[in-house]
Amino acid sequence: MTCIDLTTLAGDDTPGRVRRLCAKARRPLRPDLVAALGLEDRPPTVGAVCVYPTMVATAVAALDESGIPVASVATGFPAGLTPLPQRLAEIRHAVGEGAAEIDIVITRGHALLGEWGALHDEVAAMRDACGAAHMKAILGTGDLGPLRTVYKAAAVAMQAGADFIKTSTGKEDVNATLPVSLAMLRALRHYGDRTGVRVGFKPAGGVRTAKDALNWLVLMKEELGRPWLEPDLFRIGASSLLGDIERQIEHHVTGRYAAAANHAPA
Amino acid sequence: MQVRDLLDTMDYGPSPETADVARAWLDAHGGRFGHFIDGAFAAPGADRFAVSDPATGEGLASATRGSAADVDAAVAAAARAFPAWSAAPGHVRARHLYALARIVQKRERFLAVLATLDDGKPLRVSRDIDVPLAARHFTHHAGWAELRDGEFPGQVPFGVCGHVVSWRVPLLTLARKAAPALAAGNTLVLKPSERTPLAALAFAAICREAGLPPGVVNVVTGDRDTGAALVRHPDVAKVAFAGSAEAGRAVRDATAGSGKALSLDLGGGSPCIVFAGAALDAAVEGVVDAAWSGGGPAGRGGVRLLVQEGVAGRFADALRRRMANLRTGDPLDKSTDVGAAVDAAELRRIRDAVAACVADGAEPFQAEGPLPAVGCFFPPTLLTGVESSATGAWPDIPGPVAVATTFRTPAEAVALAQGARTGTTASVWSQDIDLALDVAARVGAGVVWINATDLFDAAAPFGGTRGSGFGRDGGRAGMEGELKPRPPARVERPAAPPAPRLSALPTGAPASGGAIDRTAKLVIGGLQARPDGGHSYAVAGPDGAPLGLAALGSRKDVRNAVEAAVKGSAWSAASAHNRAQVLYYVAENLSARAREFADRLSAMTGASGSEAAREVEAAVRRTFFYAAWADKFDGRVHAARARHLALALNEPFGVMGLVCPDTAPLLAPVSLLMPALAMGNRAVVVPSALHPFAATDLAQVFDTSDVPAGAVSIVTGEREALAKVLAEHDEVTALWYAGPADAADAVERAAAGNLKSTWTDDGPSRDWFDDATSQGRDFLGRATQVKTVWVPHGE
Repeated sequence: MTCIDLTTLAGDDTPGRVRRLCAKARRPLRPDLVAALGLEDRPPTVGAVCVYPTMVATAVAALDESGIPVASVATGFPAGLTPLPQRLAEIRHAVGEGAAEIDIVITRGHALLGEWGALHDEVAAMRDACGAAHMKAILGTGDLGPLRTVYKAAAVAMQAGADFIKTSTGKEDVNATLPVSLAMLRALRHYGDRTGVRVGFKPAGGVRTAKDALNWLVLMKEELGRPWLEPDLFRIGASSLLGDIERQIEHHVTGRYAAAANHAPA
Repeated sequence: MQVRDLLDTMDYGPSPETADVARAWLDAHGGRFGHFIDGAFAAPGADRFAVSDPATGEGLASATRGSAADVDAAVAAAARAFPAWSAAPGHVRARHLYALARIVQKRERFLAVLATLDDGKPLRVSRDIDVPLAARHFTHHAGWAELRDGEFPGQVPFGVCGHVVSWRVPLLTLARKAAPALAAGNTLVLKPSERTPLAALAFAAICREAGLPPGVVNVVTGDRDTGAALVRHPDVAKVAFAGSAEAGRAVRDATAGSGKALSLDLGGGSPCIVFAGAALDAAVEGVVDAAWSGGGPAGRGGVRLLVQEGVAGRFADALRRRMANLRTGDPLDKSTDVGAAVDAAELRRIRDAVAACVADGAEPFQAEGPLPAVGCFFPPTLLTGVESSATGAWPDIPGPVAVATTFRTPAEAVALAQGARTGTTASVWSQDIDLALDVAARVGAGVVWINATDLFDAAAPFGGTRGSGFGRDGGRAGMEGELKPRPPARVERPAAPPAPRLSALPTGAPASGGAIDRTAKLVIGGLQARPDGGHSYAVAGPDGAPLGLAALGSRKDVRNAVEAAVKGSAWSAASAHNRAQVLYYVAENLSARAREFADRLSAMTGASGSEAAREVEAAVRRTFFYAAWADKFDGRVHAARARHLALALNEPFGVMGLVCPDTAPLLAPVSLLMPALAMGNRAVVVPSALHPFAATDLAQVFDTSDVPAGAVSIVTGEREALAKVLAEHDEVTALWYAGPADAADAVERAAAGNLKSTWTDDGPSRDWFDDATSQGRDFLGRATQVKTVWVPHGE
């Protein structure tokens, strides 16, 4: 739960919808279940709330004093094919609205054509535009094809200063998968070995069940170790995952299988 | 522990599998097992041995030590069941095998837990690899049972097969060998290792549940003596043995001269060759699976790690880091990576091997972390800086140990891999397909995995080469090993008089009846050579009149001939088209000199002109026949798994010894030599001592037909003495002995040293003129062995 970037990225997002999401972000687990787990003094909150740039102000206000950062997608999400000045301006706008984290998308064409220098310079410019905000680089792995292209794109994004590498926008045909994640984690580990820099990882799209989430936790722990199980280095971009985790916790607490309707919608 | 603490540690919790069902089954048998004979468990005998759980030391059960009488009873039951089982329509056997597969699947957890209790391997491996593969073998071979008559026309099963299987991967090994044997129509007596008998006993129960006819599968438990009684039993027609090289030699020795068919599956340390261009992280996982987690093919053997020097340091670092994540402990815990050694003796063997290596200067690394206080546990171990001279003598490396050494070039990697003498499996790690395939082609192993390890499938032949034995399980090659070809046509001949000792004494008579002296020399490395000993013997015609002198070859001449053959590797590397051309050329030149050869035959044997001409013509035809086959005895691509090519390649043995009978002095050597040459072997031929000139004259034909030096050597002299030297020679990897049947015993016994593949056939009684049985695929199959190369693909 604490590693979830609770996300709404839909054309029909409204301030009301975003405020409801933020309320859920503050209190993702029903209080009686929090108590049953013995976590009253440290109730879980999600890692971040992730929205479109125009919703950042609403989210920032709704999360006031919660300590939960607001993440914004930017750079012409999800295709990333608007002109670079506009994409950079979009980052600055979101940061200006109060976003603490920016999820940028790379130009997949650069990776597909092997234009690694161009990819590097573009991501570096975005990194620059983010200023103090954390930058997550979305590779759009579903568009990239072979794992070795994914690996190279991940390496270039890290060299250009990404704080996180992220699998997908959630809008490609194929989103986060374990093999793609493994390739990215290995790139991340190799980069860390050479530079000493710790970069975070965010699978997004397709992680819907608590069981899926456990698979990724195991992957992180086995490939990178304990530090990568905390929200500063690991996030899961998801919208429906939280509901399933709540149901599983309820089952753990009560011994009975839970219904989805027992939990407040995000 | 509280949830809040777990959130801090994020440790894995225990995840034990329950052993209730397996224990209840043991209890239902009162913890005491008798043999399974004729479809029922016999009462437990008085002489029993204990079976214990190596993870706890706790006793599980006891099983009966099989006596010779028990083996007799089991073999008799199998022999009674054989006629009906082998004659049943394929579809009937298919239904039985399918039922076995289904019941193995339905009892999967019971079998997996029981196996893990018995041998200490992690449940993850028993449950996810061994049991599903065992079921897969029965399903696959249900198919072969259905198809046998159409796909193997004219071939028949052997009869009663004795299977002696080791403690390594007991259930899977049993299934791998039993399924093809049963599909072919054989009946079985299984003797599992006394260290892990439970899988076979559970399999017996499954045979009952599947309604297999009584006697088709019998299980006799016991130790080496029980196994020896089974192997030596006169009514056992085929022996399949899986175990150590040393025990394999004993089985070879025990079956020598018996006429029993034999396959030896002797495992041995698997080389894992890591090139600089490998995906090193993937290779690390390969080592984890192959060496440490007990999923390895050799069944829990270790790995001989060969790493290109430039990345050796980086790779060792990655391995050490990975080792820190391996969990050693309770094999029944679903999260355990490394379980227990099979028993205390194996634990001692591992400790001794590691200590010996360290004493020799190897640097050991073992992951930190607690080991259980009791039980046969040994932590996963990496030994670096091990020179091959230190471990070259090891028959195998015990798991969970990886022994690492470095190489500079691909050729050096192959040479170091070969240094191990064994050759069941190898893995090659490189993202460069040119390099990976080249090394896969050159490394001596029955199974080669590219960028992967431990891939198995019932459709892909599995088995060893070199010091790891011979015979294949799985796929068409495996089925071929479970069936006999049609027996060759025989010719009634009066018993040959005992071969006279060849004398080097001058005879006092004109050696060649007045013509210009022609002395048949030896042919070694493409050159006519005088025998090392400097002696010749007189060859006489049918009337006793001298025909000439032939070289009296000795031990040293065989040595020289084999050395020339070893150097003649160009012939094996030549294209199949090129070999075909050379054989056609041989036929052409033989045909051109047909008259001369016929005259020589008549002079030697007294054959009439037309008989002699017929033999020469048959030899020409046979040469054409194998020239035709040279580029057509293709391998197969097995449909083993999605996104994997499993290539079954027919590889030549290398250096073959061919020992000829006195009958058909031209046609017999040609019939043996041409298939061997067509498949790319180099051959050392021992022709008939009585009628050597037909073969020695062939040398001149070879000279004029572009047969390269070293492809064929000819050593004349005392047949049995020369055959023994060939059989004992470690560079000779296959031997065909077509001398008299009563001498086959000594040859097979002598061949146990390097476990070479031997084929003995009563050559004197064979009708060499019969095209149906004296030429064909059977000869080609015996001149090759299948190498399965797994090439996974995809990104």
